[in-house]
Amino acid sequence: MNSVLLRADNISKSFGGVQALKDVSLTLNKGEVYGLIGPNGAGKTTFFNCLTGLYVPDSGQFTFGDTPLISHAPDKTVRQGIARTFQNIRLFANMTALENVMVGRHARLRSNIVSDILRTPFNRREEQATEDMALQLLHYVGISARAHDLAKHLSYGDQRRLEIARALATNPRLLCLDEPAAGMNANETAGLRQLIEAIRADGISILLIEHDVQLVMGLCDRIAVLDYGELICEDVPAIVQQHPRVIEAYLGSGAHA
Amino acid sequence: MKMTARFLARLTRHPADNRVHWLAWLLLGLLLAILPWLVSAGFGNTWLRILNFALLYVMLALGLNIVVGFAGLLDMGYIAFYAVGAYLWALLASPQFGLHWPLWAILPLGAGVAGLFGVLLGAPTLKLRGDYLAIVTLGFGEIIRIFLNNLNAPINITNGPQGISAIDPVHIGSLSLARPIDLGFVQVPSLVSYYYLFLIAALAIIGIAIRLERSRVGRAWAAIREDEVAAKACGINTRNVKLLAFAMGATFGGVAGGLFAGFQQFVSPESFGLLESVMVLCMVVLGGMGHIPGVIFGALLLTILPEFFRHIAGPVQQSLFGTVLIDPENLRMLLFGLSLVLVMRYRPSGLWPSPQRRREIEDVQRADAPADVPVSPM
Ligand SMILES: Nc1ncnc2c1ncn2[C@@H]1O[C@H](COP(=O)(O)OP(=O)(O)O)[C@@H](O)[C@H]1O
Ligand SMILES: [Mg+2]
Repeated sequence: MNSVLLRADNISKSFGGVQALKDVSLTLNKGEVYGLIGPNGAGKTTFFNCLTGLYVPDSGQFTFGDTPLISHAPDKTVRQGIARTFQNIRLFANMTALENVMVGRHARLRSNIVSDILRTPFNRREEQATEDMALQLLHYVGISARAHDLAKHLSYGDQRRLEIARALATNPRLLCLDEPAAGMNANETAGLRQLIEAIRADGISILLIEHDVQLVMGLCDRIAVLDYGELICEDVPAIVQQHPRVIEAYLGSGAHA
Repeated sequence: MKMTARFLARLTRHPADNRVHWLAWLLLGLLLAILPWLVSAGFGNTWLRILNFALLYVMLALGLNIVVGFAGLLDMGYIAFYAVGAYLWALLASPQFGLHWPLWAILPLGAGVAGLFGVLLGAPTLKLRGDYLAIVTLGFGEIIRIFLNNLNAPINITNGPQGISAIDPVHIGSLSLARPIDLGFVQVPSLVSYYYLFLIAALAIIGIAIRLERSRVGRAWAAIREDEVAAKACGINTRNVKLLAFAMGATFGGVAGGLFAGFQQFVSPESFGLLESVMVLCMVVLGGMGHIPGVIFGALLLTILPEFFRHIAGPVQQSLFGTVLIDPENLRMLLFGLSLVLVMRYRPSGLWPSPQRRREIEDVQRADAPADVPVSPM
């Protein structure tokens, strides 16, 4: 059961003088919801960016399944089965919700510019299937009523959901969520929690950055804590909660968590 | 003008209203078919020539629209691809090298070579956006023009600033479009045959543009325009997709260029200056960036309007002041510039934007609207 899905080995990344990640190593098992927490500026988002190929780590290596992620090309990472959302929502604001999700399907489609121009039967079928799938995903995350609204006209909570639907459209094995509950009220957070549970039940592993401690402790099978770019512990929630360095990191930084 | 716009909008938007739709298309088709005859009878051959040029500009504007409107990449050197298409035709069908290739061979080749140049331009600019991209593409356009201007020594390829003349007119089989074609019941003048040829090419390009917009690659272009980082995170290979936009836009330019050379039977570097690039860009922006009917409208308008000003500037002054105070040529550019300023001031999303784009601009203008999303680093 505990087969490893993602392994990070000694990932380091610095920006000028700031060492955002220092030799971070962790392993995420198949089927897990894995929490990544830490005070602001601890390097969580940087870790996501390295993993998904937006940044090239200074050193270290990711292994996904059996394959090392060496290309550091975001589109290749997506093809391998890693999808993500962004801390500050990055939707295609002036496209409809449906189109946003259809874009998420891009890497899984086989139409090319020639078949697009010729509108081959294959192309038509694929486009129709893409639209159907996108509608289904919107339904799945609970915003199918907004399918034809522009993304920017959606409420904040719906935008978060749309970003998740778009990420799911890439057909991932690992879904990385960067503070999905940020800015949500208690109601919306509860809904989000149900959604994450459902995604997990569908067999997709989840890497979750989140500040909402209750959400993290309730949802995650295991948690890693980053502080100033260093991994200070990695364990089940009950133990992480008691860990002296975790308590120190959070109290020391005066964070609300 | 507003009524025509509304009528055309009806045409393009309501597939549900089937009968009206069908009839409207039929009428439009009929109008397009008899238009050259009407124009030459009513306004003379000068205006028929202008109409032909308008069709060339429709192709150019639609090509640039792929790059600027769809993919959001500001290209200020677009006319270079027009030049490539035109010179390719000129070199392969003129006494310059004694080659006389036919239309069906040159036109696809011109499209292909122009597309290749599109990739050449695109490759070094992949990481650039906005004003930086504009400057590099501007430089590229000028380089092509300067090359054409100077490739007459040490080996004479382009004939330098004199340009290439005596270019073969378009032949279809043994029929030359440069001479009137006798259909038995009617003589089709050269300008009218060219009109039909250009119309077919323009319609093909419109069709391709429409299909591209609503396709996998069209969505990818739009995604890059909206947010390149998010596009990457959706699995889009932004490098390839951008190059595809440059290449695709360039092929349209190449086709238009070839037709231009066959029509004019003369090309020189002068026709491909920066001002031409700017003009095509104006057509795209003024018409309604990214909106195919708007771009077509912009191209037609900006080809016809300056000519119209040129033709009325003299007589109107004559009748108002009894003499011509300002040279019509200058006045025409003045009026043209003024109309650009006015349109951009009062209709910043263009004369005929897509409904979506219109809302976009209006949203931006509502500057006091509170941002509901807190801004934080990625
Ligand atoms: N692109 C960047 N350029 C410079 N510094 C950066 C960049 N991205 C992140 N950082 C720095 O790296 C550190 C970690 O940031 P981040 O990963 O966003 O933290 P978190 O997501 O845990 O709040 C911060 O000090 C931040 O300022
Ligand atoms: Mg962060």
